[in-house]
Amino acid sequence: MSSTFADRWLGRVRLSAWVTLTAPLLAILFAGVITSIVLAITGNPVFDTLVTMVDYGSQPRSLALVVNNATTYYLSAIAVAIGFRMNLFNIGVDGQYRLAGLVAAAVGGAVTLPAPLMPIVIILVAMIVGAAWAGIAGVLKATRGVSEVISTIMLNTIATGIGAYLLLEVWGERQGNDIATKELPEAARIAGIGLIPGTPQMVYGLFFLAIAVGIAFHVLLNKMRFGFDLRATGQSESAAVASGVDVKHMIVYAMLISGATAGLIGMPQLLGESFTYNLNFQAGLGFTGIAIALLGRNNPIGIAFAALLWGFLDVSSTVLDLHKIAPEIVVIMQGLTVLSVVVTYELAHRYRVNAEQRRVSRELAGGASATPQKEGASA
Amino acid sequence: MITTGPLGTLTQEASISTETTVSEVAVQLEGITKRFPGVVANRDISLTVQKGHIHAIVGENGAGKSTLMKILYGMQRPDEGEIRVNGSPVTFHTPGDAISAGIGMVHQHFMLADNLTVLENVILGSEPRKGGLALDFAAARTKIREISDAYGLGIDPDVLVEDIGVGTRQRVEILKVLYRGARILILDEPTAVLVPHEVDELFENLHGLVREGITIIFISHHLDEVLKVADAITVIRRGTTVAEVDPVSVTARQLAELMVGSELPSPETRESTVTDVVALQVTGLTIGAEGERKVLDDVTLTIHKGEVLGIAGVEGNGQAELVEAIMGIRPSTGTITLAGEEITSWTTLRRREAGIGYIPEDRHRHGLLLEAPLWENRILGHMKEKVNVRGWWINRRGARADTQRIVEQYDVRTPGIDVLASALSGGNQQKLIVGREMSGEPKLLIAAHPTRGVDVGAQAAIWDHLRTARAAGLAVLLISADLDELIGLSDWLKVIHRGTLVAEFDPATVTPEQLGSAMTGAGEEA
Repeated sequence: MSSTFADRWLGRVRLSAWVTLTAPLLAILFAGVITSIVLAITGNPVFDTLVTMVDYGSQPRSLALVVNNATTYYLSAIAVAIGFRMNLFNIGVDGQYRLAGLVAAAVGGAVTLPAPLMPIVIILVAMIVGAAWAGIAGVLKATRGVSEVISTIMLNTIATGIGAYLLLEVWGERQGNDIATKELPEAARIAGIGLIPGTPQMVYGLFFLAIAVGIAFHVLLNKMRFGFDLRATGQSESAAVASGVDVKHMIVYAMLISGATAGLIGMPQLLGESFTYNLNFQAGLGFTGIAIALLGRNNPIGIAFAALLWGFLDVSSTVLDLHKIAPEIVVIMQGLTVLSVVVTYELAHRYRVNAEQRRVSRELAGGASATPQKEGASA
Repeated sequence: MITTGPLGTLTQEASISTETTVSEVAVQLEGITKRFPGVVANRDISLTVQKGHIHAIVGENGAGKSTLMKILYGMQRPDEGEIRVNGSPVTFHTPGDAISAGIGMVHQHFMLADNLTVLENVILGSEPRKGGLALDFAAARTKIREISDAYGLGIDPDVLVEDIGVGTRQRVEILKVLYRGARILILDEPTAVLVPHEVDELFENLHGLVREGITIIFISHHLDEVLKVADAITVIRRGTTVAEVDPVSVTARQLAELMVGSELPSPETRESTVTDVVALQVTGLTIGAEGERKVLDDVTLTIHKGEVLGIAGVEGNGQAELVEAIMGIRPSTGTITLAGEEITSWTTLRRREAGIGYIPEDRHRHGLLLEAPLWENRILGHMKEKVNVRGWWINRRGARADTQRIVEQYDVRTPGIDVLASALSGGNQQKLIVGREMSGEPKLLIAAHPTRGVDVGAQAAIWDHLRTARAAGLAVLLISADLDELIGLSDWLKVIHRGTLVAEFDPATVTPEQLGSAMTGAGEEA
């Protein structure tokens, strides 16, 4: 029996996939409308601006840049999402990846190993540093009950301080106006790939690392016992405790894994483009990651789309300056998207739960009339 | 006796209701229907409550009593039907509307602030003003005293709520709604939290109230109490009113059959299956540091294979802590031995693996992942069983197959194992939990309120499963607030009071009254 529109609308058939696609699209549409209004109020041509952005953003060179941006964003958002799935707010991804990038760059500049080993060692160092830095917050929460929100924010500041000291006083070498770690040898570099035809702009080789991380995230969460414990803790800590999940251990492990993933964020840039950690090393990616994780609903596929969207908006905003339009308009749009997606997801979620309850009671009522269940609203 | 009503018209109305034979109608509901998504909570309800009556509404859990009361109290709006209060039609949008129409509700769970006095609690939200800003405590105090005296509630306005007992708290709740001018009181399961002698006191108070012309709508599923106190009874089954009966001419059993609409299940267990093999030995279990009041004090108990040990007690006397200590969720001192093996230092998961099944008191908080599908809930708490996991990996196929088995064997009514646990009714959720905890041949089952909040059908099924498992040699620690369930299922009863086991009884000879007085500490202030 095929379902009618009313069936779908009233939740008589399952449509979680439908809802999960609709919600972000509606949110983006809504953000677009508000952004248009802001454009109109500030006296800019709405339609032309949007067309210009899309035009510019869809050129081959821009697309390659979008993928590059999205690669780092993706890693950052996955790092955040690991915490989120357990109700842990790792605000400290930012500090974790910056410190990890710096130490990894310094180690890469100092050791000499054959080609295939070199990048692997650098990546491992970054993961270990990121994990260790996040682990501090994990241990503090598990042993002392310190809120990870507070501790990771503080650790961000501390990471900035330590990073500045290490770069300026220990590992940095002055190069003109810049201070940078020793450049990585050829053996450490990961060549770009010509993924997008029609442009010399290469895509980070570590693009594939991001994909692998996404798959690993999915497998860990959905196929492994650890992931089950993690999700259970996130859904209901009290039920997890009663079921024998050692929540304190889980907190530490989740923070370690989140931090290790955070350590990867700087790697595409370090190993594929800059080959050094310098004053211009991109900061703030950890916070972007929070927004993208929310936008992607902490789901590896969702985050991929969210990261691409974010990258696209970033890249296409660079053209606005040429047209004398403040590129901040894109920041407004990004912020609105996150805000409205949170709202629409919540609505979609409630809708789904209700739909499920309706469906169950309907199917039961249809199956046997003698069911005493689900008659009244249970208390 | 009170001769002058403190609230003006009190005595006058009282005389009407008691002296005239054709009494007035206080509340009339006609054709009330309320649909929630997918379920009809109330359907064509008709109800007539006479002024000055205690009108009981009985029905099993989920029959729609609470929804009906929420409608009457303005918390829900009916889709169809009419409400008339004192003869005139009303529409309530909020509880505020209901209050101004003179309807007040006393909720099952008290809504009092412990750290405020009775006076402060009563006036909270409708504070009398003096000179625009200052609170007029004196006027409030006088009014509270008046109400308390008029209805014989015996309440001191100046004590802290944390210092008074459950029964008094309930009277404070009643006073609170009277203070707001309510003439029609809805009491939602008022006896659920009371021990037997407190119930009697409550009933005396209720009679005092109706004598003064107050109308009481009394919601309960304790039939003996209903028969004792009510002037009229309306039975609700599956969302609709099925009968209007006179308490004088009906027996508890007839009433129950009206409620259920079929033969009644009984929790009774006949022949003993107790063996002399010790399954669980708990010795000197204590929670709470030296010098403080101990939540659990030197508890020692033994459960044999094939034995059900029932723990009776007023809630909050250490039952929950006892369970959590045995499960290893809460740190404690003392020793716990399971089938001869000391498990005192084991983690919760290891204890579960060793063969302790656990039906938690609060299935939503402790027993289920509400937003996960049924088959994932099968894994919860059994994260090392072969059917659920293979090494580090989730055994999706195995867990799904075994969930299907539970669904069939335990009659969990669900369209499939992929629906979210939150979509099932309470009874079906509980059957799933029971099925899960009975899997893998446990040695000991800890069942905390195993049939709380489930319908009669599921209750009978759960009792059956417990009995069958007991006959097969399962040891059961049963904690329940339902004395019939405790007496009916247990082979031996112990009473817990303030963290200590204070008495034990043979369920074959004990009466609910004996149990009740032991539960309050045999005369101590509860």
